[in-house]
Amino acid sequence: MDLEVVKTVATAATITIGAIAPAIAIGQIGSKGLEAIGRNPEAADKVSSSMILGIAFAEAIAIYALVIALIIKFV
Amino acid sequence: MEISLAAEKVAHIGSFNVTNSILLSWITTTFLAITAIVVGRKNDLVPKGLRNFIEMVIEYLYKTVNDVIGDEQKTKKYFPILATLFIFIVLNNWMGLLPGIGPIGINEIKHGKHILVPLFRGANADLNTTLALAIIAVITVQVFGVAAIGVAKYAKKFFNFSNPIKFFVGGLELISEFSKMISFSFRLFGNIFAGEILLMVIAYLVPVVAPLPFFLLEIFVGLIQGLVFMMLALVFIKGAIVEHH
Repeated sequence: MDLEVVKTVATAATITIGAIAPAIAIGQIGSKGLEAIGRNPEAADKVSSSMILGIAFAEAIAIYALVIALIIKFV
Repeated sequence: MEISLAAEKVAHIGSFNVTNSILLSWITTTFLAITAIVVGRKNDLVPKGLRNFIEMVIEYLYKTVNDVIGDEQKTKKYFPILATLFIFIVLNNWMGLLPGIGPIGINEIKHGKHILVPLFRGANADLNTTLALAIIAVITVQVFGVAAIGVAKYAKKFFNFSNPIKFFVGGLELISEFSKMISFSFRLFGNIFAGEILLMVIAYLVPVVAPLPFFLLEIFVGLIQGLVFMMLALVFIKGAIVEHH
């Protein structure tokens, strides 16, 4: 197969597969965070700031996959 | 539509290549320095206008750092560099969204084609800037750890020869310090660079009205990434200044 075709397919596959796990992880973090806020509304500030931090960590993995996809496509 | 992963050189001072992203970060630094000097001079009892806004931002950051660290003395030591990281990163991200940042450029001929090399580029869309910030952040964590508990105790976290399991865990901790550098830099770089590409693609497809929600998204992402960088550095500092169990 052509190098260009393989590059394009690899780019698409990298970001597609690489975003599955972070999406599930962010959904679970968010759901547990909201549940914690619902059980204890007074701690909403602390819970939500820890939740945002956790979401940023999980999102970073998706960003790694995106960076690799961009490197494959443009370098 | 040309997208380049690396920042392009637009000028050179001697043998130092001035890229478009470092040009924008110089502009940000100058802007921050001038603002700080101008605002810091007035000292009325009741602040108003720009000074009021800046005091609001600083108070919010101080409260955030204080909530995590808890001790007021320690907060005063660690707050300046964390707030600087936050303000520098957020301002760089937002400057990259100003009108004219992409389109104004120099026409060059590369590989036989006419392309436009943008004169400015979001500073954090360049891996060099984010890697530099990440290295600064990680080295700052080490320095604060050593300053708080002494070299011997701090080194014991990584090189612990009392039993094989602790030695292995110490080695893992050492490797994880390096992986923190990589994760800091790639998180910031990936978010901002992908945002730039997103804006370019949307503007290419539907130039009228449709880019607006994406610009709002980028403003939000720029703020959140600065906040995350600061909070992560803060949490690592908090972990570094306590003694090992």
